[in-house]
Amino acid sequence: MFLAAGALVLALLALAAAGCGSTKKSSAGSTTTGSSNCAKGDLNLVTPGTLTIGTDNPAFPPWYGGTPHKPWQVSDPRSGEGYESAVAYAVAKQLGFAKSDVKWTHVPFSNSFAPGPKSFDFDINQISFTPARAKQVSFSDSYYDVNQSVVVNKGTPIASVSSVAGLKPYSLGAQLGTTSYQFIKDKIKPSKQPSVFPSNAGAVQALKNKQIDGLVVDLPTAFYVTAVQVPNSKVLGQFPAEPGGEHFGMVFAKGNSLVHCVNGALTKLRNGGTLQQLQQKWLAKATGAPTLK
Amino acid sequence: MASEGDRRADPEVASRRSRLLSGFRLEAEGAKGVAIALLSTAVFIAVVIVAVTQSAGWPEVKRTFFDWGDISSSFPDIARAFKLNVEIFLVCEVFILIFALILAVLRSLPGPVFFPLRALATIYSDLARGVPTILVVAVLGYGAPALQLTGVPRSRVFWAGVGLILIYSGYVAEVYRAGIESVHPSQEAAARSLGLSRFQAMRRVILPQAIRRVIPPLLNDFIGLQKDTALVGTLGVIEAFNQSQIDTNATFTYGAYLAAAALFVAITIPLARLTDWLIARDRRRRQAGALA
Repeated sequence: MFLAAGALVLALLALAAAGCGSTKKSSAGSTTTGSSNCAKGDLNLVTPGTLTIGTDNPAFPPWYGGTPHKPWQVSDPRSGEGYESAVAYAVAKQLGFAKSDVKWTHVPFSNSFAPGPKSFDFDINQISFTPARAKQVSFSDSYYDVNQSVVVNKGTPIASVSSVAGLKPYSLGAQLGTTSYQFIKDKIKPSKQPSVFPSNAGAVQALKNKQIDGLVVDLPTAFYVTAVQVPNSKVLGQFPAEPGGEHFGMVFAKGNSLVHCVNGALTKLRNGGTLQQLQQKWLAKATGAPTLK
Repeated sequence: MASEGDRRADPEVASRRSRLLSGFRLEAEGAKGVAIALLSTAVFIAVVIVAVTQSAGWPEVKRTFFDWGDISSSFPDIARAFKLNVEIFLVCEVFILIFALILAVLRSLPGPVFFPLRALATIYSDLARGVPTILVVAVLGYGAPALQLTGVPRSRVFWAGVGLILIYSGYVAEVYRAGIESVHPSQEAAARSLGLSRFQAMRRVILPQAIRRVIPPLLNDFIGLQKDTALVGTLGVIEAFNQSQIDTNATFTYGAYLAAAALFVAITIPLARLTDWLIARDRRRRQAGALA
C-alpha cells in the first residue's frame, strides 16, 4: 500500500518535471541563417514591428546620455544621446525603424548571454568580442575598436608609472565581465592578486578608498571615471593596441539571422562616415591619453 | 559463517550499519527495504534524466553548463581561489564561537541589575539575524575604509570577515542560549549549594553540558558560514565564486559554476554527514543513559 503510494508520488513528480521541460519551444533556436532578407517585415524580432534593444541599467556616459528618466538611471538610452544610443538608433534607421519603433529593455550583462530565449533583439553594452564568447552568442561586427587604459589616484606612487612593466607591483582592479581582467592577468601579470568587481559602483568605490591602486577599464569609460566618479583621479595612460585589436560588438541570440542585417547597416554607417562622426561627437575626449610602453 | 539473519542480530554490526545509514533513515528497513529503496531511486533518477534530456532547451543547457573541457579548465584557478574561502571560514569560526558565547552568557544573566546587558544582547541578536549578510559585508567592506581613519584596515577580506563574524555570532549566540536553557535549573542550584559562585557554576557546570548538547546545531551554522564566505567575492576579492564568475563571463558558459559548486560541496557534505552522525550518537548515548 505504502509502496504503491510512493511509486504514484514519484510518477507524478516525474510527469510534472517532464511537463515543465517540454511545454516551451525555443524561439531563438529556430532561425534561418542563410537567406538574409532584411526587409523590415522579414526580420526575426522578439516583438514583430518593434526593435527591442537591451543594455544595462544604470547606462553610463559616454555610452549613453540624456537626462535620466524612470526606469533608467544616470542617463537614458531612449535619448539618442551617448555613443551606443546614437549607434543603436542609426542602425534602427538603416533597418527601417522609426525612433518610436525602438524599445529599450534592461539586460544585466550576465543575462545577455544566458541560455534560453532572449528578451532583446540585440544587446549593446560595451561587450567585447572574443572567440570563446562567439561560440555561445552571435556578435555583430565592430561598432567601436576599443583600447584598455588604467585610472589611478593623483599623487599616489602608481601615478608616476609610464610603462606597462611599471604596473607590476601594484594592486589592480577591473570590472566583472570586462576583458580588462584578462588583460591584467595576461599582459600586466601583476605580483599582487588583482580584484574583480561585480559592478562599476564597487570598482569606483574601491579606487576612491585606495583599496586598489589602479582600475583598468576601456578608455572612454576611464575618462568618465576621472571626470565624474572619482575626484582627483587621472587616466594614467592607454595600453598599446594588440595586433587584431579589441572591439565591441552587439550581442544576439546564437544564429539569429538579424545579425546579418545589422552588419549590413553597420557597414553602411562605417563607409558613409556616420560611425566616425558619432565617435567624434560622443567619444572625442577619449583620444588624448598617453600610450603606456 | 554467520548467515544474514545472524549478522542482523549482531548488535555491533547492526549499530555500525545504522550509523552508516543514519543520514538516510534506512536502518529499520532491512534488506528488502534497501532493495525497494534502490529500485525506486533508480526509477526516479531515470525518469528525471529522460524528462530533462527531452526538454526543448536541453541541447543549449548541455552546451553551456556541461561542457567537460570547460569545467576542468576552470577548475585549477577556482581551486586556488577556494583556499581563501577556507581560510576565511576557519578564522571567522574561531571568533564567532568566542563572541557568540559571550553574547549568550550575557543574555542568560539573571536579575534586574543585568537588564541593560540582556537587552543589548537581545537587540544585537535580533539585528544580526535580521539584516541580510550581503548588505553588512558591502557596507563594511566599502564603508569602513571610506572613513580613512588611520589604523583602520583597508583590506576587504578583513571587513568581510568582520561582517560574517557579526552576523553569524547572532545566530550562534541563539544556539548557545538554547543549550544553556536546556540545562535543568537544578544543576545550577546544586552547583551553588556546593559553594560555587554564579560564574563558576556557569563555567564549570552549565556550559559544559550546554555546549555538548548544541554541537550538532553549531555544525549546521558552520556549514552556512562556509557557503557565505562567497560573499567576500561581492567586494571584488577573487575567491572561488568570483573566480567562477570571471570564467563564466569570459566564455559565456557556466561550467565554472559547477566546478565551484563541487568544491563547496566537497567541504560541506562531509560536515553535514558528521553533524548527522553526532546527532545520532548523542541520541544513542542519552537513550542509554535513560535506561541505566
